[in-house]
Amino acid sequence: MALPPLPRPYQDTAEYWAAARDHHFVIQQCNSCGNYQFYPRGVCSHCLSSDLKWQEASGKGTVYSFSVNHRAPHPGFADDLPFVLAIVELEEGPRMMTNIVGCDPESVTIGMAVTVCFADVTDEVTLPKFQPASETTP
Amino acid sequence: MANALRDVAIVGVAESDLGRVPDKSKFQLSAEASRAALDEAGLTVKDVDGLLTTIITEGGQFSTMLMAEYMGITPRFTDSTSIGGSSFVAYVEHAAMAIATGLCEVALICHGSTNISDRGGKGGPVSAVTDVFGPTQFEEPYGVSTVGSYALAAQRHMHEYGTTSEQLAEIAVATRHWASMNPKARMRDRITIDDVLDSRLIASPLHLLDCCLVTDAGGAVVLTSLERARDLKSKPVRVLGTGEAHTHRMISQMPDLTQTAAAISGKLAFERAGLTHSDIDVAEIYDSFTITVLLTLESLGFCGKGEGGAFVENQRTAPGGDFPMNTQGGALSYTHPGMFGIFTVIEGVRQVRGDSGPRQVPDAKIALCNGTGGVLSSTGTIILGRD
Repeated sequence: MALPPLPRPYQDTAEYWAAARDHHFVIQQCNSCGNYQFYPRGVCSHCLSSDLKWQEASGKGTVYSFSVNHRAPHPGFADDLPFVLAIVELEEGPRMMTNIVGCDPESVTIGMAVTVCFADVTDEVTLPKFQPASETTP
Repeated sequence: MANALRDVAIVGVAESDLGRVPDKSKFQLSAEASRAALDEAGLTVKDVDGLLTTIITEGGQFSTMLMAEYMGITPRFTDSTSIGGSSFVAYVEHAAMAIATGLCEVALICHGSTNISDRGGKGGPVSAVTDVFGPTQFEEPYGVSTVGSYALAAQRHMHEYGTTSEQLAEIAVATRHWASMNPKARMRDRITIDDVLDSRLIASPLHLLDCCLVTDAGGAVVLTSLERARDLKSKPVRVLGTGEAHTHRMISQMPDLTQTAAAISGKLAFERAGLTHSDIDVAEIYDSFTITVLLTLESLGFCGKGEGGAFVENQRTAPGGDFPMNTQGGALSYTHPGMFGIFTVIEGVRQVRGDSGPRQVPDAKIALCNGTGGVLSSTGTIILGRD
Protein backbone atom coordinates (compact mmCIF):
# COMPACT_ATOMS: atom_id res chain seq x y z
CA MET A 1 0.00 0.00 0.00
CA ALA A 2 1.34 3.39 -1.00
CA LEU A 3 2.13 5.88 1.73
CA PRO A 4 0.86 9.46 1.56
CA PRO A 5 3.46 12.20 1.10
CA LEU A 6 5.22 12.55 4.43
CA PRO A 7 6.87 15.55 6.06
CA ARG A 8 10.66 15.83 5.89
CA PRO A 9 11.47 17.73 9.09
CA TYR A 10 13.75 20.77 8.77
CA GLN A 11 15.15 23.48 11.01
CA ASP A 12 11.78 25.15 11.65
CA THR A 13 9.78 22.00 12.12
CA ALA A 14 11.93 19.21 13.58
CA GLU A 15 10.73 19.85 17.14
CA TYR A 16 7.08 19.77 16.09
CA TRP A 17 7.38 16.42 14.34
CA ALA A 18 9.49 14.95 17.16
CA ALA A 19 6.76 15.94 19.65
CA ALA A 20 4.04 14.51 17.42
CA ARG A 21 5.89 11.20 17.27
CA ASP A 22 5.61 11.13 21.09
CA HIS A 23 1.90 12.00 20.81
CA HIS A 24 2.27 15.58 21.96
CA PHE A 25 0.67 18.40 20.00
CA VAL A 26 2.74 21.57 20.30
CA ILE A 27 2.50 25.04 18.80
CA GLN A 28 4.74 28.08 18.95
CA GLN A 29 4.18 31.22 20.99
CA CYS A 30 6.21 34.40 20.53
CA ASN A 31 7.98 35.60 23.68
CA SER A 32 8.04 39.15 22.32
CA CYS A 33 4.43 39.75 21.31
CA GLY A 34 2.55 36.73 22.68
CA ASN A 35 1.30 35.65 19.24
CA TYR A 36 0.48 31.95 18.76
CA GLN A 37 1.32 30.63 15.31
CA PHE A 38 0.79 27.61 13.19
CA TYR A 39 2.61 26.29 11.16
CA PRO A 40 6.04 26.40 12.87
CA ARG A 41 8.45 29.02 11.60
CA GLY A 42 11.90 30.33 12.55
CA VAL A 43 10.38 33.72 13.32
CA CYS A 44 7.10 35.13 14.58
CA SER A 45 4.74 35.83 11.65
CA HIS A 46 3.31 38.78 13.59
CA CYS A 47 6.42 40.70 14.76
CA LEU A 48 9.33 38.83 13.12
CA SER A 49 11.01 38.06 16.44
CA SER A 50 13.13 34.91 16.63
CA ASP A 51 12.32 34.53 20.33
CA LEU A 52 9.77 31.72 20.18
CA LYS A 53 8.79 28.98 22.61
CA TRP A 54 7.06 25.66 22.10
CA GLN A 55 3.84 25.15 24.03
CA GLU A 56 1.74 22.07 24.49
CA ALA A 57 -1.55 23.07 22.85
CA SER A 58 -4.92 22.24 24.38
CA GLY A 59 -5.66 20.03 21.40
CA LYS A 60 -9.16 21.48 21.25
CA GLY A 61 -10.60 23.27 18.27
CA THR A 62 -13.54 23.70 15.94
CA VAL A 63 -14.01 22.86 12.28
CA TYR A 64 -13.58 26.10 10.24
CA SER A 65 -14.28 24.32 6.97
CA PHE A 66 -14.17 20.82 5.52
CA SER A 67 -14.56 18.87 2.31
CA VAL A 68 -15.36 15.20 1.82
CA ASN A 69 -12.85 14.15 -0.82
CA HIS A 70 -13.89 11.42 -3.23
CA ARG A 71 -10.78 11.46 -5.38
CA ALA A 72 -7.27 10.65 -4.16
CA PRO A 73 -4.80 13.45 -4.93
CA HIS A 74 -1.96 10.95 -4.53
CA PRO A 75 -1.87 7.12 -4.59
CA GLY A 76 -1.28 7.18 -0.83
CA PHE A 77 -4.89 8.21 -0.21
CA ALA A 78 -6.59 5.67 -2.46
CA ASP A 79 -7.48 3.35 0.41
CA ASP A 80 -8.87 6.17 2.55
CA LEU A 81 -11.65 7.37 0.23
CA PRO A 82 -13.75 9.21 1.01
CA PHE A 83 -11.67 11.20 3.49
CA VAL A 84 -12.40 14.48 5.24
CA LEU A 85 -10.00 17.32 4.51
CA ALA A 86 -10.53 20.06 7.07
CA ILE A 87 -9.21 23.33 8.42
CA VAL A 88 -9.46 23.37 12.21
CA GLU A 89 -9.33 26.57 14.21
CA LEU A 90 -7.36 25.80 17.36
CA GLU A 91 -8.49 27.04 20.75
CA GLU A 92 -5.30 29.15 20.82
CA GLY A 93 -6.34 30.93 17.60
CA PRO A 94 -4.31 29.67 14.63
CA ARG A 95 -5.81 27.45 11.95
CA MET A 96 -4.31 24.27 10.52
CA MET A 97 -4.96 21.74 7.81
CA THR A 98 -5.90 18.29 9.06
CA ASN A 99 -8.23 15.34 8.61
CA ILE A 100 -11.34 14.64 10.66
CA VAL A 101 -11.32 10.95 11.56
CA GLY A 102 -13.19 8.58 13.81
CA CYS A 103 -16.65 9.45 12.49
CA ASP A 104 -18.86 9.16 9.43
CA PRO A 105 -17.56 11.73 6.91
CA GLU A 106 -21.12 12.84 6.28
CA SER A 107 -21.54 13.76 9.96
CA VAL A 108 -18.87 16.47 9.91
CA THR A 109 -20.16 20.05 10.15
CA ILE A 110 -18.62 23.51 10.30
CA GLY A 111 -18.35 24.66 13.90
CA MET A 112 -18.15 21.10 15.21
CA ALA A 113 -15.95 20.74 18.32
CA VAL A 114 -12.96 18.47 17.75
CA THR A 115 -9.96 17.22 19.70
CA VAL A 116 -6.54 16.13 18.54
CA CYS A 117 -5.63 12.49 18.05
CA PHE A 118 -2.51 10.91 16.61
CA ALA A 119 -2.13 8.82 13.47
CA ASP A 120 1.11 6.83 13.46
CA VAL A 121 1.75 6.60 9.72
CA THR A 122 5.23 5.05 9.98
CA ASP A 123 7.65 4.34 12.82
CA GLU A 124 9.10 7.79 12.24
CA VAL A 125 6.10 9.94 11.33
CA THR A 126 2.96 10.68 13.33
CA LEU A 127 0.34 13.08 11.98
CA PRO A 128 -1.86 15.03 14.41
CA LYS A 129 -5.45 14.63 13.24
CA PHE A 130 -8.78 15.54 14.82
CA GLN A 131 -11.91 13.66 15.88
CA PRO A 132 -15.28 14.80 17.19
CA ALA A 133 -14.88 16.04 20.77
CA SER A 134 -17.83 13.92 21.94
CA GLU A 135 -15.88 10.77 21.02
CA THR A 136 -13.30 11.45 23.71
CA THR A 137 -15.03 13.69 26.24
CA PRO A 138 -18.42 12.12 26.97
CA MET B 1 -3.29 60.19 -8.69
CA ALA B 2 -2.04 60.42 -12.27
CA ASN B 3 -1.78 57.01 -13.85
CA ALA B 4 1.12 56.87 -16.29
CA LEU B 5 0.19 53.31 -17.18
CA ARG B 6 -2.80 54.66 -19.11
CA ASP B 7 -0.44 55.63 -21.91
CA VAL B 8 0.37 51.99 -22.62
CA ALA B 9 -1.57 49.78 -25.01
CA ILE B 10 -1.98 46.12 -25.81
CA VAL B 11 -1.29 45.71 -29.52
CA GLY B 12 -1.31 41.95 -30.05
CA VAL B 13 -2.93 38.89 -28.54
CA ALA B 14 -2.96 35.27 -29.66
CA GLU B 15 -3.46 31.69 -28.64
CA SER B 16 -1.41 28.73 -29.81
CA ASP B 17 -2.98 25.42 -30.77
CA LEU B 18 -5.26 24.48 -27.90
CA GLY B 19 -6.69 21.31 -26.42
CA ARG B 20 -4.58 18.20 -26.78
CA VAL B 21 -1.36 18.99 -28.64
CA PRO B 22 0.96 16.05 -27.90
CA ASP B 23 3.34 16.77 -30.78
CA LYS B 24 4.37 20.23 -29.56
CA SER B 25 6.39 21.19 -26.49
CA LYS B 26 5.18 23.83 -24.07
CA PHE B 27 8.08 25.99 -25.24
CA GLN B 28 6.90 25.77 -28.84
CA LEU B 29 3.30 26.59 -27.86
CA SER B 30 4.53 29.68 -26.02
CA ALA B 31 6.72 30.76 -28.94
CA GLU B 32 4.06 30.16 -31.59
CA ALA B 33 1.53 32.21 -29.64
CA SER B 34 4.19 34.93 -29.33
CA ARG B 35 4.79 34.93 -33.10
CA ALA B 36 1.06 35.24 -33.78
CA ALA B 37 0.58 38.04 -31.25
CA LEU B 38 3.51 39.99 -32.74
CA ASP B 39 2.12 39.39 -36.25
CA GLU B 40 -1.17 41.02 -35.25
CA ALA B 41 0.67 44.23 -34.45
CA GLY B 42 3.05 44.05 -37.42
CA LEU B 43 5.98 43.61 -35.05
CA THR B 44 8.68 40.94 -35.08
CA VAL B 45 10.55 39.18 -32.32
CA LYS B 46 13.46 41.56 -32.97
CA ASP B 47 11.31 44.43 -31.69
CA VAL B 48 10.86 42.76 -28.30
CA ASP B 49 13.00 44.20 -25.50
CA GLY B 50 10.89 43.18 -22.51
CA LEU B 51 9.91 39.60 -21.65
CA LEU B 52 7.55 38.35 -18.96
CA THR B 53 6.79 34.68 -18.40
CA THR B 54 6.86 31.88 -15.89
CA ILE B 55 6.84 28.12 -16.29
CA ILE B 56 6.13 26.18 -13.11
CA THR B 57 6.41 22.69 -14.57
CA GLU B 58 9.37 20.46 -15.45
CA GLY B 59 12.16 22.11 -17.41
CA GLY B 60 10.93 25.64 -16.83
CA GLN B 61 13.40 26.99 -14.29
CA PHE B 62 14.79 30.47 -14.98
CA SER B 63 11.75 30.97 -17.17
CA THR B 64 12.50 34.28 -18.85
CA MET B 65 16.12 33.34 -19.60
CA LEU B 66 14.91 30.05 -21.00
CA MET B 67 12.21 31.52 -23.24
CA ALA B 68 14.35 34.50 -24.32
CA GLU B 69 17.06 32.10 -25.43
CA TYR B 70 14.48 29.84 -27.12
CA MET B 71 13.12 32.73 -29.19
CA GLY B 72 16.35 34.69 -29.70
CA ILE B 73 15.46 37.68 -27.53
CA THR B 74 17.90 39.76 -25.44
CA PRO B 75 15.55 41.60 -23.10
CA ARG B 76 16.50 44.65 -21.08
CA PHE B 77 13.39 44.22 -18.95
CA THR B 78 12.75 40.74 -17.59
CA ASP B 79 10.16 39.44 -15.13
CA SER B 80 9.50 35.90 -13.93
CA THR B 81 7.10 36.79 -11.15
CA SER B 82 5.50 33.51 -10.15
CA ILE B 83 2.19 33.91 -8.35
CA GLY B 84 0.28 31.22 -10.21
CA GLY B 85 -2.31 31.72 -12.92
CA SER B 86 -2.72 35.39 -12.08
CA SER B 87 0.94 36.05 -12.99
CA PHE B 88 0.03 36.80 -16.58
CA VAL B 89 -2.53 39.44 -15.58
CA ALA B 90 -0.08 40.98 -13.11
CA TYR B 91 2.46 41.04 -15.97
CA VAL B 92 0.23 43.54 -17.78
CA GLU B 93 0.78 45.89 -14.85
CA HIS B 94 4.51 45.19 -14.78
CA ALA B 95 4.92 45.57 -18.54
CA ALA B 96 2.91 48.80 -18.55
CA MET B 97 5.07 50.11 -15.73
CA ALA B 98 8.25 49.25 -17.64
CA ILE B 99 7.00 50.85 -20.85
CA ALA B 100 5.64 53.95 -19.12
CA THR B 101 9.00 54.55 -17.44
CA GLY B 102 11.06 53.82 -20.54
CA LEU B 103 12.63 50.61 -19.24
CA CYS B 104 11.56 48.87 -22.43
CA GLU B 105 9.53 49.65 -25.56
CA VAL B 106 7.90 46.40 -26.62
CA ALA B 107 6.98 43.88 -23.94
CA LEU B 108 5.99 40.29 -24.66
CA ILE B 109 4.00 38.25 -22.14
CA CYS B 110 3.90 34.57 -23.10
CA HIS B 111 2.76 31.28 -21.70
CA GLY B 112 2.84 27.65 -22.81
CA SER B 113 1.85 24.47 -21.07
CA THR B 114 1.27 20.85 -22.04
CA ASN B 115 -0.75 20.07 -18.96
CA ILE B 116 -2.90 17.32 -20.46
CA SER B 117 -0.23 15.70 -22.64
CA ASP B 118 2.11 15.60 -19.62
CA ARG B 119 -0.50 13.39 -17.93
CA GLY B 120 -0.69 10.97 -20.83
CA GLY B 121 -3.92 12.54 -22.02
CA LYS B 122 -5.83 11.93 -18.81
CA GLY B 123 -6.99 14.40 -16.22
CA GLY B 124 -6.66 13.87 -12.53
CA PRO B 125 -3.83 13.98 -10.07
CA VAL B 126 -0.20 13.37 -10.92
CA SER B 127 1.49 13.79 -7.56
CA ALA B 128 3.94 11.07 -6.70
CA VAL B 129 5.79 13.00 -4.03
CA THR B 130 7.07 10.83 -1.19
CA ASP B 131 8.40 13.41 1.20
CA VAL B 132 7.63 17.08 1.53
CA PHE B 133 10.08 19.84 2.40
CA GLY B 134 8.94 23.31 3.41
CA PRO B 135 5.70 24.67 4.84
CA THR B 136 3.51 22.59 2.53
CA GLN B 137 4.49 19.62 4.72
CA PHE B 138 1.68 20.88 6.96
CA GLU B 139 -0.89 20.32 4.20
CA GLU B 140 0.18 17.64 1.72
CA PRO B 141 0.27 14.73 4.19
CA TYR B 142 -3.45 15.36 4.80
CA GLY B 143 -4.38 14.95 1.14
CA VAL B 144 -4.76 18.59 0.18
CA SER B 145 -5.28 19.24 -3.52
CA THR B 146 -6.24 22.20 -5.66
CA VAL B 147 -9.86 21.11 -5.89
CA GLY B 148 -9.89 20.23 -2.19
CA SER B 149 -8.63 23.71 -1.33
CA TYR B 150 -11.30 25.47 -3.38
CA ALA B 151 -13.91 23.09 -1.94
CA LEU B 152 -13.02 24.30 1.56
CA ALA B 153 -13.78 27.85 0.45
CA ALA B 154 -17.05 26.80 -1.19
CA GLN B 155 -18.19 24.94 1.92
CA ARG B 156 -17.42 27.93 4.12
CA HIS B 157 -19.26 30.30 1.79
CA MET B 158 -22.31 28.03 1.85
CA HIS B 159 -22.14 27.91 5.65
CA GLU B 160 -21.87 31.68 6.09
CA TYR B 161 -24.24 32.85 3.38
CA GLY B 162 -26.49 29.95 2.40
CA THR B 163 -25.02 29.75 -1.08
CA THR B 164 -26.22 26.65 -2.94
CA SER B 165 -24.77 24.14 -5.41
CA GLU B 166 -27.48 25.28 -7.85
CA GLN B 167 -26.12 28.82 -7.72
CA LEU B 168 -22.57 27.61 -8.37
CA ALA B 169 -23.91 25.50 -11.25
CA GLU B 170 -25.41 28.64 -12.84
CA ILE B 171 -21.84 29.75 -13.54
CA ALA B 172 -20.85 26.48 -15.21
CA VAL B 173 -23.99 26.48 -17.37
CA ALA B 174 -23.59 30.11 -18.48
CA THR B 175 -19.93 29.60 -19.26
CA ARG B 176 -20.67 26.53 -21.39
CA HIS B 177 -23.26 28.57 -23.30
CA TRP B 178 -20.53 31.04 -24.24
CA ALA B 179 -18.21 28.15 -25.15
CA SER B 180 -20.86 26.79 -27.54
CA MET B 181 -20.26 29.97 -29.58
CA ASN B 182 -16.46 29.62 -29.66
CA PRO B 183 -15.05 27.12 -32.19
CA LYS B 184 -11.78 27.00 -30.21
CA ALA B 185 -13.51 25.87 -27.01
CA ARG B 186 -12.82 22.30 -25.96
CA MET B 187 -16.29 21.61 -24.47
CA ARG B 188 -19.09 23.04 -26.60
CA ASP B 189 -22.21 20.97 -25.83
CA ARG B 190 -24.71 22.93 -23.79
CA ILE B 191 -25.35 21.71 -20.22
CA THR B 192 -28.04 22.25 -17.59
CA ILE B 193 -27.93 22.90 -13.87
CA ASP B 194 -28.99 19.29 -13.32
CA ASP B 195 -26.05 18.11 -15.43
CA VAL B 196 -23.71 19.91 -13.05
CA LEU B 197 -25.45 18.62 -9.92
CA ASP B 198 -25.56 15.08 -11.34
CA SER B 199 -21.86 15.05 -12.24
CA ARG B 200 -19.83 13.16 -9.68
CA LEU B 201 -18.69 14.79 -6.48
CA ILE B 202 -14.93 15.34 -6.56
CA ALA B 203 -14.53 17.17 -3.25
CA SER B 204 -17.76 18.23 -1.59
CA PRO B 205 -19.44 20.53 -2.40
CA LEU B 206 -17.70 20.71 -5.81
CA HIS B 207 -18.82 18.43 -8.64
CA LEU B 208 -16.84 17.51 -11.73
CA LEU B 209 -18.58 20.23 -13.76
CA ASP B 210 -17.69 22.84 -11.13
CA CYS B 211 -14.04 22.23 -12.09
CA CYS B 212 -11.94 23.62 -14.93
CA LEU B 213 -10.60 21.55 -17.79
CA VAL B 214 -7.06 20.25 -18.10
CA THR B 215 -5.61 21.08 -21.53
CA ASP B 216 -2.49 22.04 -23.44
CA ALA B 217 -2.34 25.68 -24.51
CA GLY B 218 -0.18 28.69 -25.15
CA GLY B 219 -0.99 32.37 -25.23
CA ALA B 220 0.75 35.70 -25.74
CA VAL B 221 0.12 39.41 -25.25
CA VAL B 222 2.23 42.26 -26.69
CA LEU B 223 2.31 45.78 -25.24
CA THR B 224 3.92 49.04 -26.25
CA SER B 225 3.43 52.76 -25.72
CA LEU B 226 0.11 54.19 -26.87
CA GLU B 227 2.04 56.56 -29.10
CA ARG B 228 3.79 53.75 -30.94
CA ALA B 229 0.64 51.60 -30.85
CA ARG B 230 -1.24 54.12 -32.96
CA ASP B 231 1.24 53.53 -35.82
CA LEU B 232 0.86 49.75 -35.72
CA LYS B 233 -1.60 47.70 -37.75
CA SER B 234 -3.80 46.46 -34.86
CA LYS B 235 -6.40 48.46 -32.93
CA PRO B 236 -4.75 49.56 -29.67
CA VAL B 237 -6.43 48.61 -26.41
CA ARG B 238 -5.50 50.85 -23.51
CA VAL B 239 -4.51 49.68 -20.06
CA LEU B 240 -6.79 51.92 -18.00
CA GLY B 241 -6.16 50.52 -14.55
CA THR B 242 -4.30 47.68 -12.85
CA GLY B 243 -3.86 46.07 -9.44
CA GLU B 244 -2.24 43.02 -7.88
CA ALA B 245 -2.12 41.46 -4.42
CA HIS B 246 -1.68 38.18 -2.59
CA THR B 247 -2.81 37.10 0.85
CA HIS B 248 -1.36 33.61 1.50
CA ARG B 249 0.31 30.62 -0.09
CA MET B 250 -1.55 27.69 1.50
CA ILE B 251 -5.32 27.50 1.83
CA SER B 252 -5.16 26.79 5.58
CA GLN B 253 -3.50 30.20 6.01
CA MET B 254 -6.07 32.17 3.97
CA PRO B 255 -7.24 34.98 6.27
CA ASP B 256 -10.91 34.65 5.20
CA LEU B 257 -11.98 31.73 3.02
CA THR B 258 -14.77 33.83 1.50
CA GLN B 259 -12.76 36.82 0.28
CA THR B 260 -9.90 36.88 -2.21
CA ALA B 261 -7.11 39.38 -2.83
CA ALA B 262 -9.31 40.80 -5.60
CA ALA B 263 -10.76 42.99 -2.84
CA ILE B 264 -7.36 44.72 -2.95
CA SER B 265 -6.33 44.42 -6.60
CA GLY B 266 -9.80 45.25 -7.90
CA LYS B 267 -10.10 48.35 -5.75
CA LEU B 268 -6.70 49.52 -7.02
CA ALA B 269 -7.63 48.87 -10.65
CA PHE B 270 -10.92 50.79 -10.38
CA GLU B 271 -9.26 53.69 -8.56
CA ARG B 272 -6.41 53.93 -11.04
CA ALA B 273 -8.82 53.72 -13.98
CA GLY B 274 -11.13 56.30 -12.45
CA LEU B 275 -14.04 54.00 -13.25
CA THR B 276 -16.84 52.27 -11.36
CA HIS B 277 -18.52 48.90 -11.69
CA SER B 278 -21.29 50.17 -13.93
CA ASP B 279 -18.66 51.21 -16.51
CA ILE B 280 -17.64 47.59 -17.14
CA ASP B 281 -19.19 46.15 -20.32
CA VAL B 282 -17.68 42.67 -20.10
CA ALA B 283 -15.84 40.72 -17.38
CA GLU B 284 -13.28 37.97 -17.85
CA ILE B 285 -12.93 36.29 -14.45
CA TYR B 286 -10.54 33.37 -13.98
CA ASP B 287 -12.83 30.39 -13.39
CA SER B 288 -10.61 27.62 -12.09
CA PHE B 289 -13.74 26.48 -10.26
CA THR B 290 -17.26 27.91 -10.08
CA ILE B 291 -16.57 29.09 -6.54
CA THR B 292 -13.56 31.09 -7.78
CA VAL B 293 -15.88 33.23 -9.87
CA LEU B 294 -18.43 33.72 -7.12
CA LEU B 295 -15.81 34.82 -4.58
CA THR B 296 -14.14 37.07 -7.15
CA LEU B 297 -17.36 38.86 -8.12
CA GLU B 298 -17.96 39.63 -4.46
CA SER B 299 -14.36 40.59 -3.77
CA LEU B 300 -14.28 42.90 -6.78
CA GLY B 301 -17.42 44.56 -5.44
CA PHE B 302 -19.82 43.72 -8.27
CA CYS B 303 -22.14 42.59 -5.47
CA GLY B 304 -22.01 42.57 -1.69
CA LYS B 305 -20.30 39.88 0.36
CA GLY B 306 -22.51 36.82 0.45
CA GLU B 307 -24.61 38.01 -2.48
CA GLY B 308 -22.65 36.23 -5.21
CA GLY B 309 -25.07 33.31 -5.38
CA ALA B 310 -28.07 35.52 -6.04
CA PHE B 311 -26.01 37.68 -8.42
CA VAL B 312 -25.34 34.82 -10.88
CA GLU B 313 -28.87 33.36 -10.78
CA ASN B 314 -31.13 33.16 -13.83
CA GLN B 315 -28.16 32.87 -16.20
CA ARG B 316 -27.24 36.48 -15.65
CA THR B 317 -23.67 35.92 -16.91
CA ALA B 318 -24.71 33.97 -20.03
CA PRO B 319 -25.13 35.29 -23.60
CA GLY B 320 -28.04 37.70 -23.48
CA GLY B 321 -27.71 38.23 -19.72
CA ASP B 322 -27.01 41.66 -18.31
CA PHE B 323 -23.56 40.72 -16.97
CA PRO B 324 -21.62 39.10 -19.84
CA MET B 325 -18.75 37.13 -18.33
CA ASN B 326 -16.15 34.63 -19.51
CA THR B 327 -17.23 35.10 -23.07
CA GLN B 328 -14.76 32.68 -24.66
CA GLY B 329 -16.01 29.82 -22.49
CA GLY B 330 -13.55 30.21 -19.63
CA ALA B 331 -11.33 27.67 -17.97
CA LEU B 332 -14.47 25.64 -17.32
CA SER B 333 -15.20 24.97 -21.01
CA TYR B 334 -12.66 26.62 -23.37
CA THR B 335 -9.15 25.79 -22.20
CA HIS B 336 -7.13 25.49 -19.01
CA PRO B 337 -3.43 24.64 -19.19
CA GLY B 338 -2.84 24.88 -15.42
CA MET B 339 -2.52 28.65 -15.45
CA PHE B 340 -5.30 30.53 -17.26
CA GLY B 341 -4.65 34.21 -16.57
CA ILE B 342 -3.33 35.14 -20.00
CA PHE B 343 -6.52 33.92 -21.65
CA THR B 344 -8.64 36.37 -19.65
CA VAL B 345 -6.48 39.16 -21.11
CA ILE B 346 -6.66 37.80 -24.67
CA GLU B 347 -10.48 37.66 -24.61
CA GLY B 348 -10.81 41.02 -22.85
CA VAL B 349 -8.74 42.62 -25.62
CA ARG B 350 -10.76 40.94 -28.37
CA GLN B 351 -14.05 42.04 -26.84
CA VAL B 352 -12.92 45.65 -26.54
CA ARG B 353 -11.69 45.63 -30.14
CA GLY B 354 -14.98 44.11 -31.29
CA ASP B 355 -13.15 41.04 -32.62
CA SER B 356 -15.00 38.28 -30.76
CA GLY B 357 -17.24 37.20 -33.64
CA PRO B 358 -20.54 35.48 -32.78
CA ARG B 359 -19.88 35.88 -29.07
CA GLN B 360 -19.10 39.59 -29.30
CA VAL B 361 -20.78 41.62 -26.57
CA PRO B 362 -22.46 44.46 -28.48
CA ASP B 363 -20.51 47.71 -28.25
CA ALA B 364 -18.19 46.49 -25.48
CA LYS B 365 -15.81 49.38 -24.80
CA ILE B 366 -14.45 48.50 -21.37
CA ALA B 367 -13.41 45.08 -20.08
CA LEU B 368 -12.28 43.91 -16.68
CA CYS B 369 -9.96 40.90 -16.49
CA ASN B 370 -9.14 39.19 -13.19
CA GLY B 371 -6.66 36.39 -12.68
CA THR B 372 -6.52 34.25 -9.55
CA GLY B 373 -3.43 32.20 -8.71
CA GLY B 374 -2.37 29.50 -6.29
CA VAL B 375 -5.22 28.45 -4.01
CA LEU B 376 -7.25 31.69 -4.05
CA SER B 377 -3.88 33.17 -3.07
CA SER B 378 -3.08 35.92 -5.55
CA THR B 379 -4.94 38.16 -7.93
CA GLY B 380 -4.22 40.51 -10.76
CA THR B 381 -6.95 42.83 -12.01
CA ILE B 382 -6.80 44.97 -15.15
CA ILE B 383 -9.31 47.25 -16.81
CA LEU B 384 -8.95 47.65 -20.57
CA GLY B 385 -10.54 50.22 -22.83
CA ARG B 386 -10.84 51.23 -26.47
CA ASP B 387 -8.44 53.93 -27.59
